[in-house]
Amino acid sequence: MMSLENIGLTLGDTPILRGVSLQLQPSRVTVVLGPNGAGKSSLLKVACGEQSATTGSVTFNGKSLAHHSAAHKALHMAVLPQHSSLTFPFSALEVVMLGRTPHATGTETDRQLVEQAMRATDSWYLREQLYPNLSGGEKQRVQMARVLVQVWQPVDSGERLIVLDEPTSALDYAHQQMVAQLLRQRADAGCAVLTAMHDLNLAAQCADQLVLMCCGEIRACGSADEVLQEDILQEVFQVRFHRITHPDTGKPWLIN
Amino acid sequence: MIRRLPSSRLLLILLLILPLAVVGGMVLGPQIILPFQTGDSAAVISDLLIVQQIRLPRVLMAGLIGATLALAGVVMQGLFRNPLADPSLIGVSAGASAGASLIIVMGGSLFGVAEWAGVSLLVIGAFAGAAAATWLVYRLAASATGTSVATMLLAGIAISSLAGAINHLLQLFADNHMLRLISLWQMGSLSGVSWSRLGWAALLLVPALAFFPRYAIALNAFLLGESQARHLGVEVDVMKRQVIILVAFTVAVAVSLTGTISFVGLMTPHLVRMIIGPDHRGLIPCSALAGAVLLIFADAFSRYLLAPGELPIGVVTAMLGAPFFLSLLRRQRRVVEMSS
Repeated sequence: MMSLENIGLTLGDTPILRGVSLQLQPSRVTVVLGPNGAGKSSLLKVACGEQSATTGSVTFNGKSLAHHSAAHKALHMAVLPQHSSLTFPFSALEVVMLGRTPHATGTETDRQLVEQAMRATDSWYLREQLYPNLSGGEKQRVQMARVLVQVWQPVDSGERLIVLDEPTSALDYAHQQMVAQLLRQRADAGCAVLTAMHDLNLAAQCADQLVLMCCGEIRACGSADEVLQEDILQEVFQVRFHRITHPDTGKPWLIN
Repeated sequence: MIRRLPSSRLLLILLLILPLAVVGGMVLGPQIILPFQTGDSAAVISDLLIVQQIRLPRVLMAGLIGATLALAGVVMQGLFRNPLADPSLIGVSAGASAGASLIIVMGGSLFGVAEWAGVSLLVIGAFAGAAAATWLVYRLAASATGTSVATMLLAGIAISSLAGAINHLLQLFADNHMLRLISLWQMGSLSGVSWSRLGWAALLLVPALAFFPRYAIALNAFLLGESQARHLGVEVDVMKRQVIILVAFTVAVAVSLTGTISFVGLMTPHLVRMIIGPDHRGLIPCSALAGAVLLIFADAFSRYLLAPGELPIGVVTAMLGAPFFLSLLRRQRRVVEMSS
Protein backbone atom coordinates (compact mmCIF):
# COMPACT_ATOMS: atom_id res chain seq x y z
CA MET A 1 0.00 0.00 0.00
CA MET A 2 2.99 2.26 0.51
CA SER A 3 6.29 1.84 -1.17
CA LEU A 4 9.38 3.94 -0.58
CA GLU A 5 11.89 3.53 -3.41
CA ASN A 6 15.52 4.44 -2.99
CA ILE A 7 14.82 7.46 -0.78
CA GLY A 8 17.58 10.00 -0.30
CA LEU A 9 17.21 13.09 1.88
CA THR A 10 19.74 15.90 2.21
CA LEU A 11 19.17 18.94 4.41
CA GLY A 12 21.66 21.66 3.52
CA ASP A 13 24.82 19.65 2.94
CA THR A 14 24.02 17.00 5.51
CA PRO A 15 22.85 13.65 4.16
CA ILE A 16 20.05 12.40 6.42
CA LEU A 17 18.79 9.38 4.49
CA ARG A 18 20.58 7.36 1.81
CA GLY A 19 19.14 4.71 -0.50
CA VAL A 20 16.25 3.73 1.78
CA SER A 21 13.67 1.37 0.27
CA LEU A 22 10.77 0.03 2.25
CA GLN A 23 7.44 -1.66 1.56
CA LEU A 24 4.47 -1.29 3.89
CA GLN A 25 1.59 -3.78 3.73
CA PRO A 26 -1.94 -3.63 5.15
CA SER A 27 -2.40 -5.57 8.41
CA ARG A 28 1.29 -5.41 9.14
CA VAL A 29 3.17 -3.52 11.84
CA THR A 30 6.54 -2.11 10.79
CA VAL A 31 8.80 -0.87 13.58
CA VAL A 32 11.81 1.33 12.84
CA LEU A 33 14.69 0.97 15.31
CA GLY A 34 18.02 2.68 15.62
CA PRO A 35 20.16 4.96 17.76
CA ASN A 36 19.53 8.73 18.03
CA GLY A 37 20.13 10.52 14.76
CA ALA A 38 19.90 7.33 12.71
CA GLY A 39 17.15 8.86 10.57
CA LYS A 40 14.08 7.15 12.10
CA SER A 41 12.02 10.33 12.39
CA SER A 42 13.19 11.55 8.98
CA LEU A 43 12.09 8.28 7.41
CA LEU A 44 8.68 8.64 9.06
CA LYS A 45 8.43 12.25 7.89
CA VAL A 46 9.15 11.25 4.31
CA ALA A 47 6.60 8.44 4.55
CA CYS A 48 3.85 10.78 5.77
CA GLY A 49 4.72 13.53 3.30
CA GLU A 50 5.81 16.10 5.87
CA GLN A 51 9.27 16.14 4.32
CA SER A 52 9.72 15.56 0.64
CA ALA A 53 12.60 13.30 -0.32
CA THR A 54 15.54 14.76 -2.25
CA THR A 55 15.72 11.67 -4.43
CA GLY A 56 13.56 8.59 -4.83
CA SER A 57 9.80 8.19 -4.79
CA VAL A 58 7.00 7.50 -2.35
CA THR A 59 3.88 5.74 -3.62
CA PHE A 60 0.75 5.59 -1.47
CA ASN A 61 -2.36 3.65 -2.51
CA GLY A 62 -1.14 3.36 -6.09
CA LYS A 63 -0.37 7.06 -6.55
CA SER A 64 2.61 9.28 -5.84
CA LEU A 65 2.22 10.64 -2.31
CA ALA A 66 2.70 14.22 -3.47
CA HIS A 67 -0.28 13.88 -5.81
CA HIS A 68 -2.75 13.14 -3.00
CA SER A 69 -4.74 16.19 -1.91
CA ALA A 70 -4.48 16.96 1.81
CA ALA A 71 -8.17 16.22 2.31
CA HIS A 72 -8.02 12.88 0.51
CA LYS A 73 -4.80 11.81 2.18
CA ALA A 74 -6.25 12.58 5.61
CA LEU A 75 -8.98 10.00 5.04
CA HIS A 76 -6.37 7.25 4.74
CA MET A 77 -3.35 8.33 6.73
CA ALA A 78 -3.05 9.45 10.35
CA VAL A 79 0.18 10.74 11.86
CA LEU A 80 1.29 11.03 15.49
CA PRO A 81 4.26 13.40 15.85
CA GLN A 82 6.88 13.08 18.56
CA HIS A 83 5.75 16.31 20.21
CA SER A 84 2.41 18.05 20.21
CA SER A 85 2.15 21.73 20.94
CA LEU A 86 -1.52 22.19 21.80
CA THR A 87 -1.85 24.86 24.49
CA PHE A 88 -5.46 25.99 24.10
CA PRO A 89 -7.86 24.70 26.76
CA PHE A 90 -9.67 22.01 24.80
CA SER A 91 -11.03 19.09 26.80
CA ALA A 92 -9.43 15.70 26.07
CA LEU A 93 -12.66 14.65 24.35
CA GLU A 94 -12.55 17.67 22.05
CA VAL A 95 -8.95 16.92 21.15
CA VAL A 96 -9.83 13.39 20.10
CA MET A 97 -12.88 14.69 18.22
CA LEU A 98 -10.46 16.77 16.11
CA GLY A 99 -9.29 13.44 14.69
CA ARG A 100 -12.63 13.20 12.91
CA THR A 101 -12.05 16.54 11.11
CA PRO A 102 -11.50 14.93 7.67
CA HIS A 103 -14.71 12.89 7.90
CA ALA A 104 -18.32 13.85 7.39
CA THR A 105 -19.83 10.94 9.27
CA GLY A 106 -21.96 13.02 11.62
CA THR A 107 -21.54 13.85 15.31
CA GLU A 108 -23.27 10.70 16.57
CA THR A 109 -20.97 8.28 14.71
CA ASP A 110 -17.95 10.41 15.53
CA ARG A 111 -18.74 10.32 19.24
CA GLN A 112 -19.11 6.54 19.21
CA LEU A 113 -15.80 6.05 17.40
CA VAL A 114 -14.09 8.55 19.69
CA GLU A 115 -15.33 6.66 22.73
CA GLN A 116 -13.99 3.39 21.30
CA ALA A 117 -10.60 4.92 20.54
CA MET A 118 -10.35 6.61 23.92
CA ARG A 119 -11.25 3.41 25.74
CA ALA A 120 -8.66 1.54 23.68
CA THR A 121 -5.95 4.00 24.73
CA ASP A 122 -7.16 4.10 28.36
CA SER A 123 -7.97 7.80 28.10
CA TRP A 124 -11.79 7.77 28.26
CA TYR A 125 -11.73 8.63 31.96
CA LEU A 126 -9.80 11.83 31.06
CA ARG A 127 -12.43 13.02 28.57
CA GLU A 128 -13.72 15.97 30.60
CA GLN A 129 -10.34 17.23 31.76
CA LEU A 130 -8.56 20.11 30.06
CA TYR A 131 -5.85 18.80 27.78
CA PRO A 132 -3.17 21.36 28.84
CA ASN A 133 -3.55 20.16 32.46
CA LEU A 134 -2.81 16.50 31.67
CA SER A 135 0.51 14.79 32.39
CA GLY A 136 2.91 13.92 29.57
CA GLY A 137 1.83 10.28 29.41
CA GLU A 138 -1.86 11.20 29.53
CA LYS A 139 -1.39 13.71 26.72
CA GLN A 140 0.38 11.07 24.67
CA ARG A 141 -2.51 8.63 25.09
CA VAL A 142 -5.08 11.30 24.20
CA GLN A 143 -3.10 12.25 21.08
CA MET A 144 -2.84 8.58 20.16
CA ALA A 145 -6.61 8.21 20.46
CA ARG A 146 -6.98 11.26 18.17
CA VAL A 147 -4.69 9.72 15.58
CA LEU A 148 -6.26 6.27 15.74
CA VAL A 149 -9.82 7.56 15.45
CA GLN A 150 -8.91 9.37 12.23
CA VAL A 151 -8.57 6.03 10.43
CA TRP A 152 -10.67 3.85 12.75
CA GLN A 153 -12.93 2.65 9.93
CA PRO A 154 -12.25 2.14 6.23
CA VAL A 155 -13.89 4.90 4.16
CA ASP A 156 -13.51 3.42 0.67
CA SER A 157 -11.31 0.91 -1.08
CA GLY A 158 -8.16 2.87 -0.16
CA GLU A 159 -5.86 1.21 2.41
CA ARG A 160 -5.21 2.98 5.71
CA LEU A 161 -1.82 3.83 7.22
CA ILE A 162 -0.97 4.91 10.76
CA VAL A 163 2.41 6.59 11.31
CA LEU A 164 3.54 7.01 14.93
CA ASP A 165 6.83 8.60 15.98
CA GLU A 166 7.87 7.15 19.35
CA PRO A 167 4.34 6.65 20.68
CA THR A 168 5.58 5.10 23.95
CA SER A 169 8.22 7.69 24.93
CA ALA A 170 6.25 9.10 27.89
CA LEU A 171 4.34 5.95 28.90
CA ASP A 172 4.72 3.66 31.91
CA TYR A 173 5.25 -0.11 31.48
CA ALA A 174 1.58 -1.05 31.56
CA HIS A 175 0.69 1.53 28.93
CA GLN A 176 3.67 0.55 26.75
CA GLN A 177 2.28 -2.99 26.72
CA MET A 178 -1.15 -1.57 25.92
CA VAL A 179 0.24 0.33 22.94
CA ALA A 180 2.02 -2.76 21.61
CA GLN A 181 -1.22 -4.72 21.74
CA LEU A 182 -3.22 -1.82 20.35
CA LEU A 183 -0.93 -1.48 17.34
CA ARG A 184 -1.41 -5.22 16.67
CA GLN A 185 -5.19 -4.78 16.92
CA ARG A 186 -5.22 -1.87 14.50
CA ALA A 187 -3.14 -3.92 12.09
CA ASP A 188 -5.58 -6.83 12.49
CA ALA A 189 -8.36 -4.33 11.65
CA GLY A 190 -6.63 -3.80 8.28
CA CYS A 191 -4.37 -0.79 8.85
CA ALA A 192 -0.71 -0.65 7.95
CA VAL A 193 1.25 0.61 10.95
CA LEU A 194 4.63 2.36 10.75
CA THR A 195 6.23 3.36 14.02
CA ALA A 196 9.59 4.30 15.50
CA MET A 197 10.57 2.95 18.93
CA HIS A 198 13.55 2.63 21.22
CA ASP A 199 12.53 -0.46 23.19
CA LEU A 200 13.82 -3.49 21.24
CA ASN A 201 11.78 -5.99 23.25
CA LEU A 202 8.54 -4.06 22.80
CA ALA A 203 9.31 -3.85 19.09
CA ALA A 204 9.97 -7.61 18.91
CA GLN A 205 6.64 -8.20 20.58
CA CYS A 206 4.41 -6.25 18.19
CA ALA A 207 6.26 -6.01 14.87
CA ASP A 208 5.76 -8.05 11.72
CA GLN A 209 8.63 -6.22 10.11
CA LEU A 210 11.59 -4.65 11.86
CA VAL A 211 13.75 -1.99 10.22
CA LEU A 212 17.09 -1.33 11.88
CA MET A 213 18.59 1.99 10.85
CA CYS A 214 22.06 3.34 11.28
CA CYS A 215 23.54 6.56 9.88
CA GLY A 216 20.65 7.19 7.49
CA GLU A 217 20.74 3.73 5.96
CA ILE A 218 18.82 0.54 6.57
CA ARG A 219 21.23 -1.88 8.25
CA ALA A 220 18.81 -4.78 8.52
CA CYS A 221 15.18 -5.39 7.63
CA GLY A 222 12.98 -8.42 8.28
CA SER A 223 11.37 -10.41 11.09
CA ALA A 224 12.38 -9.95 14.72
CA ASP A 225 14.33 -13.19 14.50
CA GLU A 226 16.39 -11.98 11.54
CA VAL A 227 17.03 -8.41 12.66
CA LEU A 228 17.64 -8.74 16.38
CA GLN A 229 21.01 -10.53 16.06
CA GLU A 230 23.53 -9.89 18.81
CA ASP A 231 26.37 -8.95 16.44
CA ILE A 232 24.28 -6.55 14.30
CA LEU A 233 22.86 -4.86 17.38
CA GLN A 234 26.28 -4.41 18.94
CA GLU A 235 27.56 -2.88 15.72
CA VAL A 236 24.63 -0.45 15.48
CA PHE A 237 24.12 0.52 19.13
CA GLN A 238 27.72 0.07 20.40
CA VAL A 239 26.32 -1.92 23.33
CA ARG A 240 26.66 -5.67 24.06
CA PHE A 241 23.36 -7.54 23.97
CA HIS A 242 22.48 -11.07 25.06
CA ARG A 243 19.56 -12.64 23.32
CA ILE A 244 17.26 -15.18 24.90
CA THR A 245 13.78 -16.38 24.00
CA HIS A 246 10.84 -15.00 25.94
CA PRO A 247 9.23 -17.98 27.69
CA ASP A 248 5.65 -16.81 27.05
CA THR A 249 5.71 -15.22 23.62
CA GLY A 250 8.54 -17.20 22.05
CA LYS A 251 9.89 -13.91 20.65
CA PRO A 252 13.51 -12.82 21.02
CA TRP A 253 14.28 -10.96 24.26
CA LEU A 254 17.38 -8.84 24.61
CA ILE A 255 19.30 -8.15 27.77
CA ASN A 256 22.24 -5.81 28.01
CA MET B 1 -13.81 19.20 35.31
CA ILE B 2 -14.68 22.12 33.08
CA ARG B 3 -17.41 24.65 33.65
CA ARG B 4 -18.54 25.98 30.31
CA LEU B 5 -21.61 27.49 28.81
CA PRO B 6 -22.81 25.84 25.57
CA SER B 7 -21.95 28.22 22.73
CA SER B 8 -25.54 28.26 21.49
CA ARG B 9 -26.65 29.60 24.88
CA LEU B 10 -24.08 32.42 24.83
CA LEU B 11 -25.05 33.24 21.25
CA LEU B 12 -28.69 33.56 22.32
CA ILE B 13 -27.77 35.78 25.27
CA LEU B 14 -25.68 38.05 23.05
CA LEU B 15 -28.44 38.23 20.47
CA LEU B 16 -30.73 39.47 23.23
CA ILE B 17 -28.19 41.99 24.56
CA LEU B 18 -27.31 43.44 21.16
CA PRO B 19 -30.64 45.27 20.58
CA LEU B 20 -30.48 46.57 24.15
CA ALA B 21 -26.99 47.89 23.48
CA VAL B 22 -28.16 49.59 20.29
CA VAL B 23 -31.06 51.27 22.13
CA GLY B 24 -28.75 52.20 25.01
CA GLY B 25 -26.32 53.76 22.56
CA MET B 26 -29.10 55.89 21.09
CA VAL B 27 -30.36 57.01 24.48
CA LEU B 28 -27.01 57.84 26.06
CA GLY B 29 -24.96 60.82 25.01
CA PRO B 30 -24.19 64.36 26.06
CA GLN B 31 -27.89 64.56 26.65
CA ILE B 32 -30.20 61.66 27.46
CA ILE B 33 -32.82 61.25 24.76
CA LEU B 34 -35.65 58.93 25.70
CA PRO B 35 -37.23 56.88 22.92
CA PHE B 36 -40.87 57.06 21.82
CA GLN B 37 -41.33 60.77 22.37
CA THR B 38 -44.25 62.11 20.45
CA GLY B 39 -45.32 65.52 19.50
CA ASP B 40 -44.07 68.07 17.02
CA SER B 41 -42.37 70.58 19.27
CA ALA B 42 -38.98 71.83 18.11
CA ALA B 43 -37.22 69.92 20.91
CA VAL B 44 -38.69 66.58 19.88
CA ILE B 45 -37.85 67.12 16.25
CA SER B 46 -34.29 68.09 17.06
CA ASP B 47 -33.94 65.04 19.33
CA LEU B 48 -35.23 62.85 16.53
CA LEU B 49 -32.71 64.37 14.16
CA ILE B 50 -29.87 63.77 16.61
CA VAL B 51 -30.85 60.13 17.03
CA GLN B 52 -31.43 59.50 13.32
CA GLN B 53 -28.52 61.38 11.84
CA ILE B 54 -25.86 61.17 14.53
CA ARG B 55 -26.42 58.47 17.09
CA LEU B 56 -27.90 55.63 15.06
CA PRO B 57 -25.20 55.50 12.35
CA ARG B 58 -22.59 55.89 15.05
CA VAL B 59 -23.97 53.02 17.14
CA LEU B 60 -24.23 50.77 14.09
CA MET B 61 -20.68 51.68 13.10
CA ALA B 62 -19.45 50.87 16.61
CA GLY B 63 -21.13 47.45 16.37
CA LEU B 64 -19.67 46.74 12.96
CA ILE B 65 -16.15 47.80 13.93
CA GLY B 66 -16.35 45.91 17.22
CA ALA B 67 -17.38 42.73 15.43
CA THR B 68 -14.59 43.18 12.87
CA LEU B 69 -11.84 43.71 15.44
CA ALA B 70 -13.04 40.79 17.57
CA LEU B 71 -13.19 38.43 14.60
CA ALA B 72 -9.77 39.50 13.41
CA GLY B 73 -8.49 38.84 16.94
CA VAL B 74 -10.02 35.37 17.01
CA VAL B 75 -8.45 34.20 13.79
CA MET B 76 -5.08 35.82 14.52
CA GLN B 77 -4.93 34.05 17.88
CA GLY B 78 -5.85 30.80 16.16
CA LEU B 79 -3.38 31.30 13.34
CA PHE B 80 -0.50 32.18 15.69
CA ARG B 81 -1.69 29.53 18.17
CA ASN B 82 -1.17 32.17 20.81
CA PRO B 83 -3.94 33.69 22.95
CA LEU B 84 -1.97 36.94 23.15
CA ALA B 85 -1.93 37.56 19.40
CA ASP B 86 -3.70 40.66 18.20
CA PRO B 87 -4.65 41.98 14.75
CA SER B 88 -2.03 44.73 15.06
CA LEU B 89 0.72 42.04 15.04
CA ILE B 90 0.83 42.03 11.26
CA GLY B 91 1.64 45.74 11.11
CA VAL B 92 -1.78 46.86 10.01
CA SER B 93 -2.40 49.44 12.77
CA ALA B 94 1.06 50.98 12.61
CA GLY B 95 0.82 51.19 8.83
CA ALA B 96 -2.57 52.87 8.98
CA SER B 97 -1.27 55.29 11.56
CA ALA B 98 1.71 56.27 9.40
CA GLY B 99 -0.57 56.64 6.36
CA ALA B 100 -2.93 58.87 8.30
CA SER B 101 -0.07 61.04 9.61
CA LEU B 102 1.30 61.40 6.12
CA ILE B 103 -2.03 62.71 4.87
CA ILE B 104 -2.46 65.03 7.85
CA VAL B 105 1.02 66.53 7.45
CA MET B 106 1.38 66.59 3.66
CA GLY B 107 -2.15 66.18 2.36
CA GLY B 108 -3.74 69.27 3.83
CA SER B 109 -1.45 71.56 1.88
CA LEU B 110 -1.56 69.49 -1.30
CA PHE B 111 -5.24 68.69 -1.64
CA GLY B 112 -7.11 70.62 1.02
CA VAL B 113 -9.63 68.66 3.02
CA ALA B 114 -11.28 66.91 0.13
CA GLU B 115 -14.10 64.53 0.88
CA TRP B 116 -15.70 62.20 -1.58
CA ALA B 117 -18.96 60.39 -0.82
CA GLY B 118 -18.27 60.67 2.90
CA VAL B 119 -14.80 59.20 2.69
CA SER B 120 -12.05 61.67 3.39
CA LEU B 121 -8.55 61.58 2.02
CA LEU B 122 -7.45 60.70 5.54
CA VAL B 123 -9.35 57.42 5.39
CA ILE B 124 -7.84 56.56 2.04
CA GLY B 125 -4.35 57.39 3.29
CA ALA B 126 -4.79 55.22 6.39
CA PHE B 127 -6.09 52.34 4.31
CA ALA B 128 -3.17 52.61 1.89
CA GLY B 129 -0.72 52.65 4.80
CA ALA B 130 -2.33 49.62 6.42
CA ALA B 131 -2.39 47.70 3.14
CA ALA B 132 1.24 48.56 2.34
CA ALA B 133 2.51 47.52 5.78
CA THR B 134 0.63 44.22 5.79
CA TRP B 135 1.67 43.44 2.26
CA LEU B 136 5.31 44.01 3.20
CA VAL B 137 5.02 41.81 6.31
CA TYR B 138 3.36 39.09 4.29
CA ARG B 139 5.98 39.22 1.52
CA LEU B 140 8.77 38.93 4.09
CA ALA B 141 7.19 35.89 5.73
CA ALA B 142 6.19 34.09 2.55
CA SER B 143 8.69 31.82 0.86
CA ALA B 144 8.62 28.96 -1.62
CA THR B 145 7.92 26.53 1.21
CA GLY B 146 4.92 28.45 2.53
CA THR B 147 4.28 31.24 5.00
CA SER B 148 6.16 31.05 8.26
CA VAL B 149 4.00 32.29 11.09
CA ALA B 150 7.06 32.86 13.30
CA THR B 151 8.81 34.97 10.65
CA MET B 152 5.60 36.86 10.17
CA LEU B 153 5.49 37.76 13.84
CA LEU B 154 9.04 39.13 13.70
CA ALA B 155 8.45 40.91 10.38
CA GLY B 156 5.28 42.43 11.88
CA ILE B 157 7.26 43.82 14.80
CA ALA B 158 9.96 45.20 12.50
CA ILE B 159 7.54 46.81 10.05
CA SER B 160 5.50 48.24 12.91
CA SER B 161 8.62 49.91 14.30
CA LEU B 162 9.48 51.20 10.87
CA ALA B 163 5.97 52.64 10.45
CA GLY B 164 6.25 54.06 13.95
CA ALA B 165 9.51 55.77 13.02
CA ILE B 166 7.96 57.28 9.89
CA ASN B 167 5.11 58.45 12.07
CA HIS B 168 7.46 60.17 14.52
CA LEU B 169 9.42 61.70 11.70
CA LEU B 170 6.24 63.19 10.26
CA GLN B 171 5.31 64.58 13.65
CA LEU B 172 8.59 66.50 13.67
CA PHE B 173 7.41 68.42 10.62
CA ALA B 174 3.88 68.90 11.91
CA ASP B 175 2.56 72.11 13.42
CA ASN B 176 0.46 72.15 16.59
CA HIS B 177 -2.85 71.70 14.83
CA MET B 178 -1.53 68.72 12.86
CA LEU B 179 -0.06 67.15 15.99
CA ARG B 180 -3.41 67.34 17.68
CA LEU B 181 -5.12 65.76 14.67
CA ILE B 182 -2.55 62.96 14.58
CA SER B 183 -2.84 62.17 18.25
CA LEU B 184 -6.64 62.25 18.15
CA TRP B 185 -6.66 59.96 15.15
CA GLN B 186 -4.38 57.51 16.91
CA MET B 187 -6.66 57.38 19.94
CA GLY B 188 -9.49 56.25 17.71
CA SER B 189 -12.80 57.93 17.31
CA LEU B 190 -16.29 57.21 16.13
CA SER B 191 -17.32 60.84 16.00
CA GLY B 192 -18.35 62.17 12.63
CA VAL B 193 -19.79 58.88 11.45
CA SER B 194 -22.33 59.64 8.78
CA TRP B 195 -24.77 57.35 7.04
CA SER B 196 -22.64 57.43 3.91
CA ARG B 197 -19.49 56.44 5.81
CA LEU B 198 -21.42 53.65 7.54
CA GLY B 199 -22.62 52.56 4.10
CA TRP B 200 -19.04 52.23 2.93
CA ALA B 201 -18.07 50.26 6.01
CA ALA B 202 -21.04 47.91 5.66
CA LEU B 203 -20.44 47.42 1.96
CA LEU B 204 -16.80 46.46 2.53
CA LEU B 205 -16.96 44.67 5.87
CA VAL B 206 -20.18 42.67 5.95
CA PRO B 207 -19.35 40.42 2.96
CA ALA B 208 -15.80 39.93 4.27
CA LEU B 209 -16.98 39.06 7.77
CA ALA B 210 -19.30 36.45 6.33
CA PHE B 211 -16.23 34.49 5.25
CA PHE B 212 -14.80 34.01 8.74
CA PRO B 213 -17.02 31.11 9.90
CA ARG B 214 -15.76 29.04 6.95
CA TYR B 215 -12.40 28.72 8.67
CA ALA B 216 -13.74 27.51 12.04
CA ILE B 217 -12.98 23.81 11.60
CA ALA B 218 -9.61 24.43 9.96
CA LEU B 219 -8.62 26.79 12.80
CA ASN B 220 -9.54 24.12 15.36
CA ALA B 221 -7.19 21.68 13.64
CA PHE B 222 -4.61 24.45 13.36
CA LEU B 223 -4.37 24.72 17.15
CA LEU B 224 -2.70 21.28 17.14
CA GLY B 225 0.12 22.66 15.00
CA GLU B 226 0.59 23.31 11.32
CA SER B 227 1.73 19.86 10.28
CA GLN B 228 -0.99 18.22 12.36
CA ALA B 229 -3.58 20.39 10.64
CA ARG B 230 -2.14 19.26 7.30
CA HIS B 231 -2.44 15.61 8.35
CA LEU B 232 -6.05 16.31 9.28
CA GLY B 233 -6.73 17.36 5.70
CA VAL B 234 -6.45 21.15 5.97
CA GLU B 235 -4.82 22.85 2.97
CA VAL B 236 -2.65 24.81 5.38
CA ASP B 237 -0.92 27.18 2.98
CA VAL B 238 -4.08 28.14 1.13
CA MET B 239 -5.88 28.71 4.40
CA LYS B 240 -3.11 30.83 5.92
CA ARG B 241 -2.98 33.04 2.85
CA GLN B 242 -6.73 33.55 2.75
CA VAL B 243 -7.04 34.24 6.46
CA ILE B 244 -4.20 36.78 6.45
CA ILE B 245 -5.64 38.61 3.47
CA LEU B 246 -9.06 38.63 5.08
CA VAL B 247 -7.74 39.96 8.40
CA ALA B 248 -5.54 42.56 6.71
CA PHE B 249 -8.42 43.81 4.59
CA THR B 250 -11.04 44.00 7.33
CA VAL B 251 -8.73 45.54 9.93
CA ALA B 252 -7.38 48.02 7.39
CA VAL B 253 -10.94 49.14 6.61
CA ALA B 254 -11.80 49.35 10.31
CA VAL B 255 -8.66 51.21 11.34
CA SER B 256 -8.82 53.65 8.46
CA LEU B 257 -12.42 54.57 9.29
CA THR B 258 -12.15 54.86 13.05
CA GLY B 259 -8.46 54.91 14.03
CA THR B 260 -6.76 52.39 16.29
CA ILE B 261 -9.15 51.06 18.88
CA SER B 262 -7.07 48.93 21.19
CA PHE B 263 -7.95 45.94 23.31
CA VAL B 264 -11.17 44.84 21.58
CA GLY B 265 -9.37 42.42 19.26
CA LEU B 266 -7.26 41.00 22.06
CA MET B 267 -9.82 40.91 24.83
CA THR B 268 -13.04 39.78 23.22
CA PRO B 269 -11.83 36.35 22.02
CA HIS B 270 -10.31 35.80 25.47
CA LEU B 271 -13.54 36.57 27.26
CA VAL B 272 -15.59 34.40 24.97
CA ARG B 273 -13.08 31.55 25.19
CA MET B 274 -13.26 31.65 28.98
CA ILE B 275 -17.02 31.22 28.78
CA ILE B 276 -17.48 28.64 26.00
CA GLY B 277 -14.05 27.09 25.38
CA PRO B 278 -11.72 27.36 22.38
CA ASP B 279 -13.89 25.69 19.69
CA HIS B 280 -13.94 28.15 16.79
CA ARG B 281 -17.37 27.01 15.62
CA GLY B 282 -18.82 28.80 18.65
CA LEU B 283 -16.00 31.25 19.19
CA ILE B 284 -16.37 33.01 15.83
CA PRO B 285 -20.08 33.96 15.96
CA CYS B 286 -20.03 34.66 19.70
CA SER B 287 -16.93 36.87 19.47
CA ALA B 288 -18.44 38.87 16.61
CA LEU B 289 -21.53 39.67 18.69
CA ALA B 290 -19.56 40.22 21.89
CA GLY B 291 -17.18 42.61 20.11
CA ALA B 292 -20.13 44.54 18.72
CA VAL B 293 -21.79 44.82 22.13
CA LEU B 294 -18.55 45.80 23.85
CA LEU B 295 -17.74 48.59 21.43
CA ILE B 296 -21.29 49.94 21.42
CA PHE B 297 -21.18 50.22 25.21
CA ALA B 298 -17.68 51.68 25.18
CA ASP B 299 -18.79 54.30 22.64
CA ALA B 300 -21.86 55.21 24.68
CA PHE B 301 -19.62 55.69 27.73
CA SER B 302 -17.18 57.78 25.73
CA ARG B 303 -19.97 60.21 24.88
CA TYR B 304 -21.54 60.21 28.32
CA LEU B 305 -18.59 60.47 30.71
CA LEU B 306 -17.16 63.85 29.71
CA ALA B 307 -20.35 65.35 28.26
CA PRO B 308 -20.58 67.66 26.44
CA GLY B 309 -16.99 66.77 25.52
CA GLU B 310 -16.11 63.33 24.29
CA LEU B 311 -13.44 60.81 25.24
CA PRO B 312 -11.65 59.11 22.33
CA ILE B 313 -13.03 55.59 22.19
CA GLY B 314 -9.59 53.99 22.14
CA VAL B 315 -8.98 55.54 25.56
CA VAL B 316 -12.26 54.15 26.84
CA THR B 317 -11.65 50.60 25.61
CA ALA B 318 -8.17 50.57 27.12
CA MET B 319 -9.18 52.21 30.41
CA LEU B 320 -12.24 50.07 30.95
CA GLY B 321 -10.84 47.00 29.26
CA ALA B 322 -7.45 46.70 30.89
CA PRO B 323 -8.52 46.49 34.56
CA PHE B 324 -11.44 44.24 33.74
CA PHE B 325 -9.22 42.01 31.67
CA LEU B 326 -6.55 41.86 34.36
CA SER B 327 -9.04 40.89 37.04
CA LEU B 328 -10.33 38.11 34.80
CA LEU B 329 -6.81 36.94 34.15
CA ARG B 330 -6.10 36.77 37.85
CA ARG B 331 -9.24 34.79 38.52
CA GLN B 332 -8.57 32.40 35.66
CA ARG B 333 -4.83 32.31 36.11
CA ARG B 334 -4.59 28.55 36.07
CA VAL B 335 -6.33 28.15 32.76
CA VAL B 336 -4.51 31.08 31.19
CA GLU B 337 -1.10 29.93 32.36
CA MET B 338 -1.80 26.62 30.75
CA SER B 339 -2.94 28.22 27.56
CA SER B 340 -0.17 30.70 27.00
